[in-house]
Amino acid sequence: MQKATIQLETLTCPSCMQKIENGVKSLDGVDKESLSVSFNSSKVKLNFDDEKVSIKDIENTIDKLGYNVIKSQVKAL
Amino acid sequence: MQRHILKKKNHITIISGILIVIAYISKLGFGNINIFTWSLIISSAIGATPIAIQAYQSLKVKVVSIDVLVTIAVIGAFLISEFEESAIVTFLFLFGAYLEQRTLNKTRSAIKELTEMAPENALKQMENGEFEEIEVDEVDVGNILLVKTGAKVPVDGTVLTGEGHINEASITGESLPVSKNKDSQVYAGTILENGTIQIIANRVGEDTTFGKIIELIEEAQDSKSEAERFIDKFSKYYTPVVLVLAFIVWLFSQDIELAITILVLGCPGALVIGVPVSNVAGIGNGAKHGVLLKGSEVIGDFSKVNTIVFDKTGTLTIGNPKVTDKEIYADNVDEILSYLASVEKESDHPLAKSVVEYIGDTKAYAVEKTEVVKGGGIVAQVNGHRVAVGNVALIKQENVHLSEKTRADITKFEKNGNSLVLTSVDNELKVLMGIRDQIRPGVKENLQKLKKLGVKNLVVLSGDNQGTVDLVASELELTEAHGHMLPEDKSAYIKKLIDKGQIVAFVGDGVNDSPSLALAQIGIAMGNGTDVAIETSDVVLMNSDFSRLPHALGLTKSTAYNMRQNIIIAVGVVLVLLASVFFSEWMNMSIGMLIHEASILVVILNGMRLLRYKLK
Repeated sequence: MQKATIQLETLTCPSCMQKIENGVKSLDGVDKESLSVSFNSSKVKLNFDDEKVSIKDIENTIDKLGYNVIKSQVKAL
Repeated sequence: MQRHILKKKNHITIISGILIVIAYISKLGFGNINIFTWSLIISSAIGATPIAIQAYQSLKVKVVSIDVLVTIAVIGAFLISEFEESAIVTFLFLFGAYLEQRTLNKTRSAIKELTEMAPENALKQMENGEFEEIEVDEVDVGNILLVKTGAKVPVDGTVLTGEGHINEASITGESLPVSKNKDSQVYAGTILENGTIQIIANRVGEDTTFGKIIELIEEAQDSKSEAERFIDKFSKYYTPVVLVLAFIVWLFSQDIELAITILVLGCPGALVIGVPVSNVAGIGNGAKHGVLLKGSEVIGDFSKVNTIVFDKTGTLTIGNPKVTDKEIYADNVDEILSYLASVEKESDHPLAKSVVEYIGDTKAYAVEKTEVVKGGGIVAQVNGHRVAVGNVALIKQENVHLSEKTRADITKFEKNGNSLVLTSVDNELKVLMGIRDQIRPGVKENLQKLKKLGVKNLVVLSGDNQGTVDLVASELELTEAHGHMLPEDKSAYIKKLIDKGQIVAFVGDGVNDSPSLALAQIGIAMGNGTDVAIETSDVVLMNSDFSRLPHALGLTKSTAYNMRQNIIIAVGVVLVLLASVFFSEWMNMSIGMLIHEASILVVILNGMRLLRYKLK
């Protein structure tokens, strides 16, 4: 399992959070309980199983939803 | 393709705006309706594309976002050939989003600046003994790191070799550099102003004190009050309800224009953004001024506080007792003071330290046959004399005769709130010293400011004797003072105040006051950002400067007021818009969107005022 903190470009509406949450949650290997999207710091924090899903997959999902990923930090749990 | 379009949203906004300008110039300047209409159609189509993509992406993840409402409204406007409406609405929506992003970035800038103080690189000692630059995330506990002049300390650690002065303002708020040498503790995010040190990493990344502070601030930003949680829930259902409402209106009235106007007016922007914006700006201002506020619930509670209870030592007073009064009953003053200093150097009692510090450099005598009298002091042989140093009880035990004058001096010293140290040589009283903790500079003025901010009761609770506590209370014009209090007595007293209906803040050092910090509605830790203080309190005054406290209270009052203003603006705008759509002739989709976007910007700009807040 890995722990990721993804910094996004400024989020401007609370429904952005919901979109990102729903989008990332749908990925197999993402620990749904650990997922949090912060409107104020524009950060996504989550734990994921790197054998099922990669940080790139997660970044792409967020990117497809229309949000720019600035940088990601990944650490082993 | 979709991603490319979304990334070019700002360019699309500009093109859409230019086309609208061309349309109006051709109509008003040249009366050319064809160019007018086609410019608006193209502007609508270009502008609506990124909005429609976002709407599609939202629906794919089962979210009815504002993009969905605007896309449907624009399609509706197209169907009834209202190209002017569709072009202006799409442009205003895109331009509004751009401005929102810019202003929100500004609102969050204070916190961003703080997080940017986090170190990024470190010089790590490799196996060959050389130091190489690595990313701070790659540092592990136990690594040896080199910190050069001007560099940030990358982790919490202990100095192995070298020395220097470190500016610890980011952790303690103390701007005076602190001297560091072998075995000193150093903290991530602080700056080595001069010297070079090698350190061993004890805590890295999020485990460092600085990491915890950043995490706390980020959590504080996202912590929601009950009102905010309600607004969040409300906004989740609000947008779909607006969609249904617009559909019902269209079903019954067959008026597409009315239905799509409702769609645009029903966007909940200012309502859901108003409170978080005030919250973030308030927390950001606090962070910049050494005040950590743990979220909007804390801001709301703190703004209503009417009673502030203080611990005395280290909060109202410096916590560093000093000799303030002395009487010497001898001619050979220097010799007697040398005996006293020699004996006191044997002790690590705080009062003994004050005496040694006060006497300063003096001849050192060998101290023999030292005997510690529990709860009394020390008796020892110095230079062939029997020297007793301690309190009145010890001196009486030594059968020292106390004259009328010495008795009067003792009474006077006690009245002044002193702790007493008496010295007898060969059973004759030679020195009487009064030792007192000093009031922190500026405390009195700052307590007056708290009163001006509406705090009615200022209470001091202390373990010290009542005389000392009373003296501090009268000097600082406090409303209540209670001495001889153990930590459990303090928390019992706070409970009593709360039961009386007071809204109580407790200010302590966060170490031995945890029960009181936890029990009071607002626990305020004054101090140096220790883990305990950060964990147990609602508000942390990182800066040991007492003036942070009135700033913190004034800031929370302003922030709570700002939140209320934003809610009133947002709700007011929605009510006016909805009323005008049903009861006025002038309302249409474009005006609705203009007001909607303007209201969002107004609440953001209103929140931003908090970034500049300073206590007058």
